[in-house]
Amino acid sequence: MTTPSATIQPPPLLAEIIESQRQRRRWFRGQFALVWVALVGALLAALWATDNIDTEWMVTWAPFIVGGAGTTILVCVISIVLATLLAIFGAIARMSSNAILFAISSLYVSLVRGTPLLVQIYFIFFALPQMGIRLDAVPAGILALSFNYGAYMTEIFRAGIQAVPGGQREAAQALGMPEALVMRRVVLPQAVRIVIPAIGNDFIAMIKDSALISTIAVQELLWRAQRAGTRDFKTLQALLIAAAVYWLLTIIFSYFQDRLEQRMARGDR
Amino acid sequence: MTGAEPPDHGVRPASATSGYQPESSLPSHIGEPIVKVEGIHKYFGDNHVLRGVDLEVRQREAVMVIGRSGSGKTTLLRCINFLEEPTVGAIEVDEVRVEADPLHARDRRHREQIRQIRLRAGMLFQEFNLFPHMDVLANCIEAPTRVLGHSREHAIERAEYYLEVVGLAEKRDEYPSRLSGGQKQRVAIARALSMEPKVLLFDEPTSALDPELIGEVLGVMEDLAHSGTTMIVVTHEMHFAQEAADRVVFMEDGVVIEQGPPEQVLNDPRHEETTHFLRRFLDR
Repeated sequence: MTTPSATIQPPPLLAEIIESQRQRRRWFRGQFALVWVALVGALLAALWATDNIDTEWMVTWAPFIVGGAGTTILVCVISIVLATLLAIFGAIARMSSNAILFAISSLYVSLVRGTPLLVQIYFIFFALPQMGIRLDAVPAGILALSFNYGAYMTEIFRAGIQAVPGGQREAAQALGMPEALVMRRVVLPQAVRIVIPAIGNDFIAMIKDSALISTIAVQELLWRAQRAGTRDFKTLQALLIAAAVYWLLTIIFSYFQDRLEQRMARGDR
Repeated sequence: MTGAEPPDHGVRPASATSGYQPESSLPSHIGEPIVKVEGIHKYFGDNHVLRGVDLEVRQREAVMVIGRSGSGKTTLLRCINFLEEPTVGAIEVDEVRVEADPLHARDRRHREQIRQIRLRAGMLFQEFNLFPHMDVLANCIEAPTRVLGHSREHAIERAEYYLEVVGLAEKRDEYPSRLSGGQKQRVAIARALSMEPKVLLFDEPTSALDPELIGEVLGVMEDLAHSGTTMIVVTHEMHFAQEAADRVVFMEDGVVIEQGPPEQVLNDPRHEETTHFLRRFLDR
């Protein structure tokens, strides 16, 4: 403060400004919530107005459909872990001076990014059996998601590894660490910290993409919704429930991801 | 090094080879040569940064390398432990000798030799380069346990001893982000010492520090020098060089112009370039 007075209270004008700013922010938030409630309410009201919404059916079948969320989350958690491992190897290979490793990982990334996820899912579940490889639906789904996300995350990890300051690697080398140890103990732990927000993003995206594995009869959220919906011709109700659960899941995980990101931003730990 | 002219071995500026051999006048604490830099040339592309440098450092000797930025002194230091690959020449540290071999990929045996040199030559960086994801103690025991194969207990004992030496024993459980620059560099010194190397290489260890923090680092380094640690220090701290050096080496344009005891090189230089450089320093 430039004023010589020892008072800690800001001058009245400043207090007024701060108060008005605070009010404006409160008003903004109020409007925001109001618009959301109004729009979602209007949407639901419009649906209900058609008189086609069978709430009783929804209450009866909700537990069955929501139960699919467990499978969705389980598949996604396993897949994101496998994808992360694939991505680490992929990234190291992509930065390798070894032509063979570089070629393999480049081919992997190009192939996966150049074909639709749905085709990859079908390939693993429907086409591999022709080659004598038969997988159950859940492992096939996990394999497809891991394989697909691993390729996208390879690029993320490559960027993360390159974002670790070169001095870190040099310091480790100067201590006599062999190359593999430098990577494992010094570079990767720091790279992982850098890419954790991006992994979180991909996890949230994967929750939604995992709906595709309903097509190979993995009994997750969407599969259950479709199963229940078509059985009683209540597709609209069933999909409403499924969509609501997907939305809720992404909101919850986004919240945790935000908190994680804030924590990471605070310190080096 | 594509496009680089093959360096000329034959013609070397006379001053570069003017070795430092007043064997008789060596102080009694100085021992046998332990670091040998032999005819090092270094090109970065077409840029001829080192133009034939010879340097011998003896056991328990503290050698300070001075010169303008761009004179090649940091590159020389980085060539000694092969963080920079010399274009021509050879490096020997504690009887491990590696020749420059820029045209061929280093094979496994070569890389192992280089690693052996690095185990014998600890390095300190301008930017400290502590591992931010490890606490102070973990920084100091990482390489001793995983590279030297020491037991955890032994490594901790040594690390605590060296943290005591740099005066930071009480910071052992802190993370680097909570230390000041001066403390970081002192931890880096303890980390290097924990490997018990034969020689320490300091690359402008105080250049990234706020002025008020430089003293604590120089203090530790001076103690190390006086207690007989072999060290090669690239520095701009002339007063420190005067106090702690057994020998001062002045470099310019990639060659050693002049070397000798600090009182001679700093107070009574024999070469015009040295006088020039020092005068510029005084003017600042």
